Amino acid sequence: MSRPLCALWVFMVLLGDRLASPYRPETEPLDPEPHEANSIVELEVPPELDGTMSDGELVPHHYPAQRAAKVVQHYLNTRHGSPYRWIELHRVNKASLEDLGQAGKKYYLEISLKEVISNTDLGQCSAEVLFSGEQDQGAPQVQCPCEGLQKLNTTAEEEALFQRLNSSATPLSGSNIPDSYGHIAPEMKPLWHLGAAAASFVMLKESNESTLYNMAQVANITQLETENGQLRFKYHVLLHDMISQEILHWKLLVSWSPAGGVSVLQTEGQPKPAESTPEDTAPTSAS
Amino acid sequence: MERVVTENPELVSSSVYGETFEGRNITYLKIGLGSEGVQKKAIWMDCGIHAREWIAPAFCQWFVKEILLHYKTDKKLNEMLKNMDLYVTPVLNVDGYMYSWINESTRLWRKSRSTPHEGCTCHGVDLNRNFNANWGTVGVSRDCCHNTYCGSGPVSEKEAQAVTQFVGSRVDQILCFLTIHSAGQLLLLPYGHPHISAPNYDELMAVGQAAAKAMKAVHGMDYRVGTSPDILYPNSGSSRDWARLMGIPFSYTFELRDKGEFGHLLPEEQIQPACEEAFEGALFIITYVHDKAFHNRTEIGAASVARAFWATVLASCLATMYLL
Repeated sequence: MSRPLCALWVFMVLLGDRLASPYRPETEPLDPEPHEANSIVELEVPPELDGTMSDGELVPHHYPAQRAAKVVQHYLNTRHGSPYRWIELHRVNKASLEDLGQAGKKYYLEISLKEVISNTDLGQCSAEVLFSGEQDQGAPQVQCPCEGLQKLNTTAEEEALFQRLNSSATPLSGSNIPDSYGHIAPEMKPLWHLGAAAASFVMLKESNESTLYNMAQVANITQLETENGQLRFKYHVLLHDMISQEILHWKLLVSWSPAGGVSVLQTEGQPKPAESTPEDTAPTSAS
Repeated sequence: MERVVTENPELVSSSVYGETFEGRNITYLKIGLGSEGVQKKAIWMDCGIHAREWIAPAFCQWFVKEILLHYKTDKKLNEMLKNMDLYVTPVLNVDGYMYSWINESTRLWRKSRSTPHEGCTCHGVDLNRNFNANWGTVGVSRDCCHNTYCGSGPVSEKEAQAVTQFVGSRVDQILCFLTIHSAGQLLLLPYGHPHISAPNYDELMAVGQAAAKAMKAVHGMDYRVGTSPDILYPNSGSSRDWARLMGIPFSYTFELRDKGEFGHLLPEEQIQPACEEAFEGALFIITYVHDKAFHNRTEIGAASVARAFWATVLASCLATMYLL
């Protein structure tokens, strides 16, 4: 008796499945735009184009906020980076921009940060980044009070590393960290992080609204004689700028101790090449 | 690649469709069922247009492997392969890729390996600035020593010519153009030029965002979605832009892991997870494009929810039937 009833059910179910998947016909015609490919040879692109240059809210996942947030990462690593501490931008949650005319552009950011080595969530931090208005810009000015950083305690490991390197008979050296396969020998990892912290000084100084720096590799590291209770190293680092896609070479003289943190005593290197076609203007006549 | 073809002749064939500057073959794998002598709709995927982005060729290989492993048992995949062909180029910039494998000092090479024209001393052109899509207008360098050098003219490079000729002759056939890069964890839509919008921008965004969600579900990694001028930088002459301008409705650049910690030097232990999440993203887009073309279905996610509901009703009915 229940069979015919269930057959009806099955019929209704199958009907329901068909009805449950309505299709929406294409709302916009997909026509190719051959005109655009041929007729736009050079396009005047006004300097304000990057879409954010009016005061106010920025889209957090768009590039202007992302670039400014990366600068905050560099700043934090100059102050808190160490062989056992590497701070990474996790997300930009909110951003706004204030145009200060000659004084420059000021970004206000709410970002979430992570300490990568211990995988610690540092929570949300507020930051301000001021890019100078002048041609001959100094480093961007950053303010980032971030309470989450108090959580980090790496004293024990740092002391152990310091003692080991300070009393070692042979000065440490290494190259290609990471190597072509992304591999880093475990004993070199702290020196990789130290290099990244040192590189952050350069990346911070070289940053502007048209850069996005990461350290690509430690090409070479050589330990020098300890001086004034600080370990010293010669670093050759490769920086990658996302916007120009260039690899920039920098040589750094770095000192470090657990108490003193990271210092960069000397730098010698390649600023990002200037002659690239700027992002937001039409190219000048062919070189 | 040869083994993949010999061991799976009913599914895979390969073909040389161009030559690099140094005379190496540029090869695609054509993956599909019942494709003999039939002009089917198709999906295009290329990897390794930039030499140093090693995770990209790794992903193309992973993608092919996943298809081979599942096409017999996965009904949906089987259906899609009957309806469409997948053209997969594991390495487009073969010269640059092989150059980047020579030693540590060549590892971070990006461009092709063409010899410089007169008045220039540096090799290579950025292949992803060399396509005929608003060529040379924005986000490029005219300096042949720079990494975004767009070449002496549009499609000056043999590698770009190969894609232009092959894809260009099949524009009506190709439903979707996917080009795989690293790094940055991004899904980029056309166009790279800040003043032009694709007419199907909304749909490209919606599908891209859903694909990014599918990618995040695998290992928790965020992928940002948007046009290049919005989320990364303006650029011109990209293959993605060219494909869209030619009329291929869906065109995406995948920028795989990571976000800067290792960059292009992605460690071995991240290869598999990076490929797993990228596969889900690519498969999502391919499935959407397929369903749109063959079932006229364009809603995202609703169909699967409805189907789940009705499946539950059916199951409970059958259970009741057997209990009575």
